[in-house]
Amino acid sequence: MSNRKKPRRDFIKLSAMTLGGVGAASLLIPFISSMNPGKDTLALASTEIDLSPLEEGQSLTVIWRGKPVFIKHRTKSEIDTAKNTSLDELPDAEEDSARVQKDNWLVVLGVCTHLGCVPLGQKASDTKGDFGGWFCPCHGSHYDTSGRIRKGPAPTNLPVPPYVFLTDNRIKIG
Amino acid sequence: MSSDELQGYKKTLNSPYTGIKGWIDSRLPLIRMMEAEYLKFPVPKSLNYFWSFGGIAMFCLIGLILTGIFLGFHYKPSAEDAFDSVERIMRDVSFGWLIRYLHANLVSFFFIATFIHIFRALYFGSYKAPRELVYIFGLTMFMLMMATAFLGYTLPWGQMSYWGATVITNLFSAIPVVGDAILQLLLGDFTVGDSAVNRFYVLHWLLAFAIVGLVVFHVITLHMTGSNNPTGSEPQSWDETVSFHPYVTIKDLNAALFFFIIMAFILFYYPNILGHSDNYIKANPMITPAHIVPEWYFLPFYAILRAIPDKLGGVIAMFGSILALGLLPWLDTSKVRSCLFRPIWRYCVLLFAVNFLVLMYVGGKPADDIYVLISRIGTAYWFLFIFVLAPLVGFLETPRQPLTITNYLQSKKA
Repeated sequence: MSNRKKPRRDFIKLSAMTLGGVGAASLLIPFISSMNPGKDTLALASTEIDLSPLEEGQSLTVIWRGKPVFIKHRTKSEIDTAKNTSLDELPDAEEDSARVQKDNWLVVLGVCTHLGCVPLGQKASDTKGDFGGWFCPCHGSHYDTSGRIRKGPAPTNLPVPPYVFLTDNRIKIG
Repeated sequence: MSSDELQGYKKTLNSPYTGIKGWIDSRLPLIRMMEAEYLKFPVPKSLNYFWSFGGIAMFCLIGLILTGIFLGFHYKPSAEDAFDSVERIMRDVSFGWLIRYLHANLVSFFFIATFIHIFRALYFGSYKAPRELVYIFGLTMFMLMMATAFLGYTLPWGQMSYWGATVITNLFSAIPVVGDAILQLLLGDFTVGDSAVNRFYVLHWLLAFAIVGLVVFHVITLHMTGSNNPTGSEPQSWDETVSFHPYVTIKDLNAALFFFIIMAFILFYYPNILGHSDNYIKANPMITPAHIVPEWYFLPFYAILRAIPDKLGGVIAMFGSILALGLLPWLDTSKVRSCLFRPIWRYCVLLFAVNFLVLMYVGGKPADDIYVLISRIGTAYWFLFIFVLAPLVGFLETPRQPLTITNYLQSKKA
């Protein structure tokens, strides 16, 4: 084998590997990206809710992005318990004031942060767990009246979805 | 390379047959390959019925693919139609009930055969050198089987389908930082829904055929080393072997038919006994069933998941439990393969099998204190077995001298 040919061989090797590698890597982007939620799914990403029918102590479950959202019209005592809980008692420490925009309205995703079940506690007849909020029947997570995790395998508090008060009695989630 | 060598190389490609058979075989060497690998292939004489379960599992796989094709003719993969199309198969499609019950129960029996097959590999040391890759391909297939079974279980779109899918896909959200983004990417939506059932259907097919592909690798690697046998000793001469056909083919077929008679009994008299009645309720994203229970064959792994009080830790332990088994060929330090000649390890393996059944039992129970405690002990033993007992027992134990195949057969007669 003559040395004269070697640079040519190196060249086709290098160019094939580089072009092939870069090409394959860039092709991955559109294919992976296509797996994300489509524009139609994203377009359904906000929901408006009228709060006026909700009496104090009542709850409402609405659907946002296909997931249940718990809206709770909290009573005075529920607000007080939530406010007076010491942060040391919370696995995922968060002030109640950081989780609500108006004290009497709590809006949280009704999806257990453990493995995605819907916790019980929305109906008057439901068990509300040891802390008066919600109880997930799947693996036994207890949430308090601020939707914060208190006991069980769930790692974090029920997330608060982005929402705004359009009027005093009307909110838009998303 | 001189021209002589090239001719010599080409000569090895000539077919040993003549006529049409030779014409085809010299162009597509499949006939001589099948003859060498499936008709004349030498197999140890001493195989017992434990060795039939690989073949039985293969029959299950073939049955699943055939019934799956016929179900696919009628099934509609969308959140709107899936449940109703399955009910239509059950009520209106001619023999649809039979094909669907066959598909559902064959999966269970596929897992039964596979569990026995894996136990066989552990007990008789089939995972040890030089069969490590046979074993690794097997475990890979087992994991794909579980993924395929999970995807298939979501398709009827009942309550258990939906909530099982939600719980399992949420395992990905345990991945730090990017977990939620990955979950959205996998589901194509913010929750399990129309988009998920569509892609789950496609993946269910894809993985089923990926398993078929791996069967080929499993068999190629097996045929390089030949089968293990109860003694763990390699055959020393032709006398210690029989040809694959007709000896093994007829034995495995016989075993398979008895196995499928048992399946037929379940299929025709208790077709739903291995399923969950909640799956006959259409999926409702707003209501979680009181107890979400996975299919029975996932229960040991579900028990491991729940044994760890931390979300990410539980997920790691569950996947790790199978991956760790893949290290066994290198962690087991004993020179002797078969448990017949290993006085201590044999009890470790038997306890591992019992532990598997105990984990299966507690995995199906609610996550109460006592069951969680048992599942923790079981999980601890699982990992202890692999990481501590396998290396340690190999050192400490004094194994008996393994019998040759001939002596073993004589000792059994006596």
